[in-house]
Amino acid sequence: MAAGHGGPAGYTVTELALLTDRQPDLRLPRLLAGISYYNVAGLRDHEQQYGPLPLWGTSGRRRPGRLIDVVDASGLTGRGGAGFPTGRKMRSVASGPGAAVVVANGAEGEPASCKDRLLLTRLPHLVLDGITLAAHAVGAREAYLCLHGQETELLNALDEALAQRSRAGLDPVPIQLTGIPGRYVASEQSSIVQYLNGGPAKPTFSPPRPHQRGVHGRPTLVNNVETLAHLALIARFGDRWFRGIGPPSAPGSTLVTVSGAVRRPGVYEIEMGTPAGQVVTLAGGAAERPAALLVGGYFGAWLPAGAAWPVPMSHAALKAAGGAMGAGMVIVLPVSSCGLAETARVVRYLADENAGQCGPCMFGLPALADAMADLAYQGGRGRALERVASLAGLVAGRGACRHPDGAVQLVRSALRAFESDARWHDHRGPCPGVARAPLLPVPGDADWDWA
Amino acid sequence: MNYELRVNPIACHGHGMCAELLPEIIELDPWGYPILVSTSVPHGLLDHAKRAAAACPTLALLVNKAR
Amino acid sequence: MPIDLHGPGMWYATRAAGLVTLLLLTASVLLGVMTTGRLSSDRWPRFLTVGLHRNVSLLVLVFLALHVTTTVLDTFVTIPVTAAFVPFASSYKTFWLGLGTIALDLLLALLATSLLRNRLGYRSWRRVHWLAYACWPIGLAHGLGIGTDRATTWVFALTVVCAAAVAAAAAWRLVTAARLGTR
Repeated sequence: MAAGHGGPAGYTVTELALLTDRQPDLRLPRLLAGISYYNVAGLRDHEQQYGPLPLWGTSGRRRPGRLIDVVDASGLTGRGGAGFPTGRKMRSVASGPGAAVVVANGAEGEPASCKDRLLLTRLPHLVLDGITLAAHAVGAREAYLCLHGQETELLNALDEALAQRSRAGLDPVPIQLTGIPGRYVASEQSSIVQYLNGGPAKPTFSPPRPHQRGVHGRPTLVNNVETLAHLALIARFGDRWFRGIGPPSAPGSTLVTVSGAVRRPGVYEIEMGTPAGQVVTLAGGAAERPAALLVGGYFGAWLPAGAAWPVPMSHAALKAAGGAMGAGMVIVLPVSSCGLAETARVVRYLADENAGQCGPCMFGLPALADAMADLAYQGGRGRALERVASLAGLVAGRGACRHPDGAVQLVRSALRAFESDARWHDHRGPCPGVARAPLLPVPGDADWDWA
Repeated sequence: MNYELRVNPIACHGHGMCAELLPEIIELDPWGYPILVSTSVPHGLLDHAKRAAAACPTLALLVNKAR
Repeated sequence: MPIDLHGPGMWYATRAAGLVTLLLLTASVLLGVMTTGRLSSDRWPRFLTVGLHRNVSLLVLVFLALHVTTTVLDTFVTIPVTAAFVPFASSYKTFWLGLGTIALDLLLALLATSLLRNRLGYRSWRRVHWLAYACWPIGLAHGLGIGTDRATTWVFALTVVCAAAVAAAAAWRLVTAARLGTR
């Protein structure tokens, strides 16, 4: 636990901590404390578990700007994948010209991630509290909660939750539920902003970024729903409480989705900085001997199991180890599977999901997918590996969004983590692991012919 | 005053005039889209860079003052 | 040497300038189609197509100015200056002259937006530029309808050649647009 130290505007951290009448528990679970496997937490259950929505006022210790200071001091970073400091984002949106807009991104595009879905189905009021508090802090007059449009049940459930809150007079800025198209690139933040502005759900060229000019040309705060859920608790229990777990450089807790060859796949709440191996143990341990871990989802990176096991789950530590945190997914690949084949399938999916806007991505990603498939399934006659590497170099960084970069990061990490396999494939053809049933979830995979 | 070169990949339709007019800095990939060998424009090439930007049918090449 | 504003000199000048305008405008349309169709070779780079398109279009304006000026100055028929910019404002061959006026107005819109492209942005510029496909046939109709040289075989033949060239280019453009996607 950190003692008082310098925070923004000369206040020490302890001074900014809110005093509450309940002693908030520092241990886990925090977000998932109110979760029930059978019921959705209604408004009353929510208030009983976490306390009522802390009513921030207009002046004194509870004025809006102070909440931004508290979030800053807490060290909360975005949980949608980029890990950007939330307080800094809020401050820049609040100081922009005109009334701000808050957008909660609940459109979980990653097939292997379910944490946002869990929050929205089981603990919706945490997220909705977070949106209202963020809107208050940045002076927003419009707020949106975005989900994939095909999630009709979820949208109806959230509608009801919002109705409950409006009867209790909770959200001064009404939260508008919006369904966005179910494509992978649609959940990127500039895609959502363009869609809310009446355009297609495709990424836009920046500048300007959403926090400068976003929805209706106004400074827009786009946050992942988990980030806003954390914000809801920080507003109640303070920054010192948030920093009570996790290393100083990566404080707090986070949700991770564990899947693949583990005994109990699912969403777990962990302390930031928990070693990846311990996360796998939490999920019941590996079901078979692990060969590698895919951390961070389809824009993340493969790490060989031995190297990955002790690496702390935080943005900085994973990056230093040649991986990526992404939106907190851990997929365990067993030795009997072929990492190259799994990667080839994912890259094919990512290539099909390109927005069709930028030449290098539209043409380069399918070519990269072809080359990976060649390497994984045909054996390259000694040239596939080289072709994959050169195409990867040609595609990275040349699109308007990070879609091609994410795919390239995945491919390059696969070539590193499965280096000896790749050389074997290149000269001798596919390994037996290729025939094993696919592990990584890829929507629409059944239609593809992998002969 | 340094100038930098940038391509708007969404506006770019791969016409390729930029690579013809500024071959020192712009090459084309196998699909006809520009690759910027460097993002800063040496002073002697500034006029050529501006001409290349004006020639782009979709205004996808941008020559901006470096910050 | 005084210019005879009454004699046939002005009339020949108008017809000549009009014909050259038609030829240059046809060339401009063809070069424009070549630009979007990405036609190029080792000896004919793309910047040449786009540069020629721009310069030929500006030259169209020069000959059009000549055509309009000589028409207005010609005292054989009274055509007020306003008729050059306001359609159907002349009493002489109101309809066919009016078409010419419309074509001129469209051309001015095309040129102005193209010169201010950087300020306007690509999308607005593009939307106005589609009017080129209206400007050319209206200009052609003006030339044919006004009837002055319809009986002259070589002029008529030249007009037909221009029409055929633009028709072929437009057809080709439709085919390649389907192939390249909606670009």
